Amino acid sequence: MAGIPHDHYEPKTGIEKWLHSRLNVVGLAYDTLMIPTPKNLNWMWIWGIVLAFCLVLQIATGVVLVMHYTPHVDLAFASIEHIMRDVNGGHMIRYMHMNGASLFFVAVYAHIFRGLYYGSYKAPREVTWIIGMLIYLVMMGTAFMGYVLPWGQMSFHGTAVITGLFGAIPGIGESIQTWLLGASAVGQPALNRFFSLHYLLPFVLAGLVILHIWAFHTTGNNNPTGVEVRRGSKAEAEKDTLPFWPYFVIKDVFALAVILVVFFAIVGFMPNYLGHPDNYIEANPLATPAHIVPEWYFLPFYAILRAFTADVWLVQLVSFVTGGIIDAKFFGVLAMFGAIAVMALAPWLDTSSVRSGRYRPMFKWWFAILCVDFMVLMWVGARPTEFPYDWISLIGSAYWFGYFLVILPLLGVLEKPITPPATIEDDFNAHYGKDADASAAE
Amino acid sequence: MIKKLALTALTALALTSGGAYAAGGGEQHIEDFKFSFEGPFGKFDQEQLRRGLKIYTEVCSACHGMKFLNFRNLGDEGGPHYSEDEVRAYAAGFDVFDPVLDDTRPATPADKFPPSNLETAPDLTLMAKARAGFHGPAGLGINQIVKGMGGAEYIASLLTGYTGEEKEQAGSVFYENTAFPGGWIAMAPPLEDELVEFDDGHSNTAHHMAEDVSAFLMWTAEPKMMARQQAGFTGVLFLSIFACLMYLTNKRLWAPIKKKAKES
Amino acid sequence: MSHAEDHAGTRRDFLYYATAGAGAVTAGAAVWPLVNQMNPSADVQALASIRVDVSGVEVGTQITVLFQGKPVFIRRRTQEEIDEARAVEMSELIDTDDRNANKPGLEATDENRALDEAGEWLVMMGVCTHLGCVPLGDGAGDFHGWFCPCHGSHYDTAGRIRKGPAPQNLHIPAVAIIDESTIQLG
Repeated sequence: MAGIPHDHYEPKTGIEKWLHSRLNVVGLAYDTLMIPTPKNLNWMWIWGIVLAFCLVLQIATGVVLVMHYTPHVDLAFASIEHIMRDVNGGHMIRYMHMNGASLFFVAVYAHIFRGLYYGSYKAPREVTWIIGMLIYLVMMGTAFMGYVLPWGQMSFHGTAVITGLFGAIPGIGESIQTWLLGASAVGQPALNRFFSLHYLLPFVLAGLVILHIWAFHTTGNNNPTGVEVRRGSKAEAEKDTLPFWPYFVIKDVFALAVILVVFFAIVGFMPNYLGHPDNYIEANPLATPAHIVPEWYFLPFYAILRAFTADVWLVQLVSFVTGGIIDAKFFGVLAMFGAIAVMALAPWLDTSSVRSGRYRPMFKWWFAILCVDFMVLMWVGARPTEFPYDWISLIGSAYWFGYFLVILPLLGVLEKPITPPATIEDDFNAHYGKDADASAAE
Repeated sequence: MIKKLALTALTALALTSGGAYAAGGGEQHIEDFKFSFEGPFGKFDQEQLRRGLKIYTEVCSACHGMKFLNFRNLGDEGGPHYSEDEVRAYAAGFDVFDPVLDDTRPATPADKFPPSNLETAPDLTLMAKARAGFHGPAGLGINQIVKGMGGAEYIASLLTGYTGEEKEQAGSVFYENTAFPGGWIAMAPPLEDELVEFDDGHSNTAHHMAEDVSAFLMWTAEPKMMARQQAGFTGVLFLSIFACLMYLTNKRLWAPIKKKAKES
Repeated sequence: MSHAEDHAGTRRDFLYYATAGAGAVTAGAAVWPLVNQMNPSADVQALASIRVDVSGVEVGTQITVLFQGKPVFIRRRTQEEIDEARAVEMSELIDTDDRNANKPGLEATDENRALDEAGEWLVMMGVCTHLGCVPLGDGAGDFHGWFCPCHGSHYDTAGRIRKGPAPQNLHIPAVAIIDESTIQLG
């Protein structure tokens, strides 16, 4: 599968040959597991395994929860309490599913920002990147619909707000919102269809994940230097790589075990820390919670959504130019989806000749600001829309777009990169060789 | 650099996320009660839960309900742990509606507590999880890591937070309360000293009763807390051992590769 | 793992086996809750035993209660019914097993099937042993006990099959007398 020359599966015994000539499943598994992997991968390359684990965890616990859950407006909330109180171990399974979603997003953000720093999105890995962005979008959709199911106050009113985003689309918005909800307001039709889709989408995710893996197995992994594996011969390639099994599987599972220690500490001792107390109140269409706040993983984009109010000059300008078609509400929606779109376009916005941020002295700083920006946006996303939070979110949003649309293209021209090592082997040997500074473990 | 960034990112994430619901109205005063169930190895105090149940029965249940709690749970170990006969006798004191009979009948242990009698009185089963006593600071959620979510503290503070001031607005009376968001609550002060007489002779000041009934409501909201903490602890312990083994295995596995790099 | 070239073979192997073992135990521990959650939950278990108030049941009448999703007949028999049941010889019966969960494997005498010594109370699953229909009661059928309308099985006043396609006497669930007015099923 991979472009890097390596050994392929050779059936030896009779039964292996028999199966191999009929279905090459062992060969596929072999090629996938033994894929030559750059041996200089650092600890930021563990998130893929963590994400795969999260998907399995969510599907396993989710399928089990469905056995006890009832998607009905009168029964949903009580059926969750039934799970929490009466089902054998149900409280643990449900808390793991709840917090599993958070772990999923922690891992996906780490994974995305890893890619942004080391230029994993750059040619020839654009398709991997785009599929990754699709995975992220489907993940957000799945998480959002899952949050509706407990039918608490936040579930209910959060759904109203989020589907309201589509209502902002000029002309057809209201019809789309009605179509999404199956009614003019959130109710039984919405709960039932979100339940169906929440069950379906994880399997779509699994399919996308297979494509994602297939794509980067075609191009080969990126690595901290951004230098490609030598592919002239098998012997040359072997100097730069090690097989994924056992070297990276063991390394990644070690990292996963450490992460799960933290995960279990949260599930066991503070399982509701990341949730919202209002969701332990059964949904009531007649009373809206004082503050509707999405789950933490939506907050950066929620902040961008709220940042563009009618008193921002850019919004006024766009509204004037488009003759009022794009009003402040729709502008906010466009900005939110645009924030993800610009990220997806990174492969074509980044003009630098060097792939990895490690060898880009100016880029490093702009990237560091981007990370801080993301955290700040996450923070203001949960704050009330008043001074100074409105200003902070506006500046934060502006930087997000500025980074992708202005800084990334310009840096390629303005910046003078450091020369990366010639080969991955050189980097590895420099790191572990005689003169290597032990503390430089990056 | 990327590692430092990742660390900062994770820390900041841990801090921001919890604060998602920090924003509350007004100046709330929440007393940080010391409950027996706090901390990683905390346990519910059986006697306290029994006193809390008595307060609930004699005071709260006049208006409030607990429609997600089963009577049989009163016999749970780690909870009030009443005997089967005691639970049956207690349940029989409530009338529940039976859709098969299309009439009310005395409750059995398999039934749930009745729902609220008053439309304006919220259900109390999950109240201790539906409120957070501690917030922030500045939406960072640090207090919730340090002090816990504070649902029980909120209830206890609310019950003891009446200042004695009243005002009339739109035909209904509101009472000033230092714990309630906004400062004015429609519920009249429910507790006063010596309102409930305890069998074990425990102090029955309003402050003590507020504490007892809050502990009881924490139990009704999260009856599996002990089991959860035990499972969490086992998970942490076991995965720590597994992580250590994986660390050693990983080190051993890579040793020859790194050795070769050193010799190059 | 033939790549490793150090010679501390046994120590290395031990570490690898210990890690693999710990991994297997972890995986097993993770799977068990997923299996166990399908066992009856606490609310279902709570209904494994119910108490029935029989103070309102007059002699010669019966009540039907729902127990674990199935009907249970609780009949307070008249002296005639008891006498009729006790006069039957074993040789007349189709099924000579008492089908009583409280006294398993005994002969199908009325004494072995009735709840109390005097034979006043008879408690049985209201499920025909043929194909699971609910038989009609209150003296129905040729033997003044129960009659299943689906395929015409006749049961006598002790709930024993006497005529028709059903193979067994009506089953008697685990049942006990708590006090004069209360019977516990299960």
